[in-house]
Amino acid sequence: MSNSRFVIDGKDIPFRPGQTIMDAAMAAGVYIPHLCHNPDYASTGNCRLCLVKLNGRYVSACTQPAIADSQVDNQIDEINQQRKTLLQMLFVEGNHQCPGCEKSGRCQLQAVAYYVGMLSPYFTHFYPRRELDASHPEMVLDFNRCILCGLCVRASHSADKKNIFAISGRGMDSRLVINSTSGKLGDSNFSAHDAAASVCPVGVFLPKHKGYEVPIGQRLYDREPIAQVGDVAHPNHQRDKK
Amino acid sequence: MTNKLETASNPEQLKRVVIEPLTRVEGHGKVTLLVDEDQQIQQARLHIVEFRGFEKFIQGRPYWELPVLVQRLCGICPVSHHLAAAKATDMLVGATELSPAAEKIRRLMHFGQTLQSHALHFFHLSSPDLLFGYDDAVRHRNIIGVIEDHPELAKKGIMLRKYGQEVIRVTAGKRVHGTGAIPGGVNKSLSSEDRDYLLKDIKQIIAWAQDAVELIKTIYLEQLTYHREFASVASNSMSLITASGEHELYHGGLRAKDAQGHTLFDHADCTHYEDYLREAVKPWSYMKFPFIETLGLDKGWYRVGPLARINNCDRIATPMAEQRRQEFMQLENGQPVHATLATHWARMIELLHCTEAIEQLLADKDLQGSDLLHTGDMQHRGIGVIEAPRGTLFHHYEIDDDGVVEKANLIVSTTHNNQAMNESIRQVATNYLSGHELTEPLLNQIEVAIRAYDPCLSCATHALGKMPLEIELVAADGSTLSRISKRATGEICSTR
Ligand code: SF4
Repeated sequence: MSNSRFVIDGKDIPFRPGQTIMDAAMAAGVYIPHLCHNPDYASTGNCRLCLVKLNGRYVSACTQPAIADSQVDNQIDEINQQRKTLLQMLFVEGNHQCPGCEKSGRCQLQAVAYYVGMLSPYFTHFYPRRELDASHPEMVLDFNRCILCGLCVRASHSADKKNIFAISGRGMDSRLVINSTSGKLGDSNFSAHDAAASVCPVGVFLPKHKGYEVPIGQRLYDREPIAQVGDVAHPNHQRDKK
Repeated sequence: MTNKLETASNPEQLKRVVIEPLTRVEGHGKVTLLVDEDQQIQQARLHIVEFRGFEKFIQGRPYWELPVLVQRLCGICPVSHHLAAAKATDMLVGATELSPAAEKIRRLMHFGQTLQSHALHFFHLSSPDLLFGYDDAVRHRNIIGVIEDHPELAKKGIMLRKYGQEVIRVTAGKRVHGTGAIPGGVNKSLSSEDRDYLLKDIKQIIAWAQDAVELIKTIYLEQLTYHREFASVASNSMSLITASGEHELYHGGLRAKDAQGHTLFDHADCTHYEDYLREAVKPWSYMKFPFIETLGLDKGWYRVGPLARINNCDRIATPMAEQRRQEFMQLENGQPVHATLATHWARMIELLHCTEAIEQLLADKDLQGSDLLHTGDMQHRGIGVIEAPRGTLFHHYEIDDDGVVEKANLIVSTTHNNQAMNESIRQVATNYLSGHELTEPLLNQIEVAIRAYDPCLSCATHALGKMPLEIELVAADGSTLSRISKRATGEICSTR
């Protein structure tokens, strides 16, 4: 056990050399809002929601190695306001109608939005036109809700060793694509048992013929906020960490 | 049976009066009147732009989302769409029979929905007209006026509605946009705590429902001639019915009767509705005109909703409501009642029935059962039919091999009642408006007639007397002669 420590919002956090601020915070039960980070996979820092201030400078907590004796600001108004704005942008870039969404109540995007107090959209909706991919017998992909976190890409690559998914295009044209001759999931070697099938933090990957089977009130985030349930409550997954 | 005012012979020479309620959520409607120089009305039409993109919106979505997704299409009776879609998806997943628990929980949810919807309509939307008269001051002729003058009554209305909403909440998870019904069943049973919570107040709720029937009966009989004649149109009636001919809201065969009460078809299989009903389009309305195929467009239009259901059934399964039905049917010596305003009375009999049925269901142990989901062989075609508070509601879906909706056809209650509502406003235009200068109280009579049908366009505003109206008199050359507008505050502004 290392003696190195840093401070988040006044709380002392121990860490081991090489651990990121996110890893150490999670291990200590301190929640830093995040979407593209999953303790089972290498961090990429692309959603920027885990923005914190390290000794007064902005960094993403999931990629920044912890520094001994540093001061980290996490739950401060200035940062929460930025997170809120980021979420407001994510919500209008896709088509998110939570009341009708199968993932509602166990969706990280929705839960984080509640957590930081983003309760209504602010920017003009883009209403992008995105087709559903229902070609696979076990799974539907609803790209309307994709936030380009890249978790399915990482899971398919490092856990499933299949490389079925990739992010293609740049900037506003970025989109999730499928590595098959037709570009359809049904023509890939995807299986509903793949790690990539269950890693999506939002409602893109939906098992077929199933919907709303968990009653309202019993879903993951119905009773407790995301800061208390979800991955922060299980910080010891470290599979395939590179 | 149709009224001659549908199309004037010389429309270009007439003044045009438009009654256009402006605030809409899911429906947008207006009434146009064509008036000649002697103030005689020559043409009266109700036009509705119904649920825009309703079917289009659903196309391309996975079928298992339908029961939850379709609720977004109507803010007024989402549970009716939830259940009609759930029934259609039962057929898609090959669930030919639901478990007793699933079916009874859905029925309970539906009784709760009908109770809250009927209470909202009667107490909030219609009681001001019925209690104060159509020509009462606009400022007073609304729910606020009812709360001021009849606080006890307003309270009962609010509590009845709230009870219905609570039934929905415990069965669907939320008061609106719940998820209770899923393809092949439901996602939870009713806990004994929730059952006891609902049982606690049910006696009081039934007593208030009885009071409501008594109240509308008294109001109706006090001015019997007016209520009997106002907007009255002889029509066919269509509704669901049980195998033994009882009043039914959730599942059954289709029954249609003609204006004299003779059976047109009975126990018709809902999944073959296309064999019995056709839909016509008319160039002046976005809303279709359904009709009974064997009678043709002119004679085949019909009513759905509370009045049609009470006229059609042989009896109601619960005792108090049945006794009230018998009393109601004496109005025309056992013949069908065609007075449009009697719909309010029929609606309150149904409200009473819902409260009694809820009490009966709550005593049923099946509600705590654990067998909740049944499935079978997947089908490509699913049809679900239910009696929504406003009338028969059809959901018809076709899906492809991937489980994605290819085609959807929804016939909502307001569409079934399209011709009947048009006939009613023509009757009002002929008997009450023609020959008079058009004033707000007179034009409100058109609204009173439409409101009796409780169409979505009326209750979308949820504020009787606050419905913003704009009435324009337009000369044959298109110039505006005068304009009256009613603001949401009830204030009337007139410009010339
Ligand atoms: S993916 Fe999440 S945020 Fe998007 S619609 Fe579904 S529940 Fe809402």
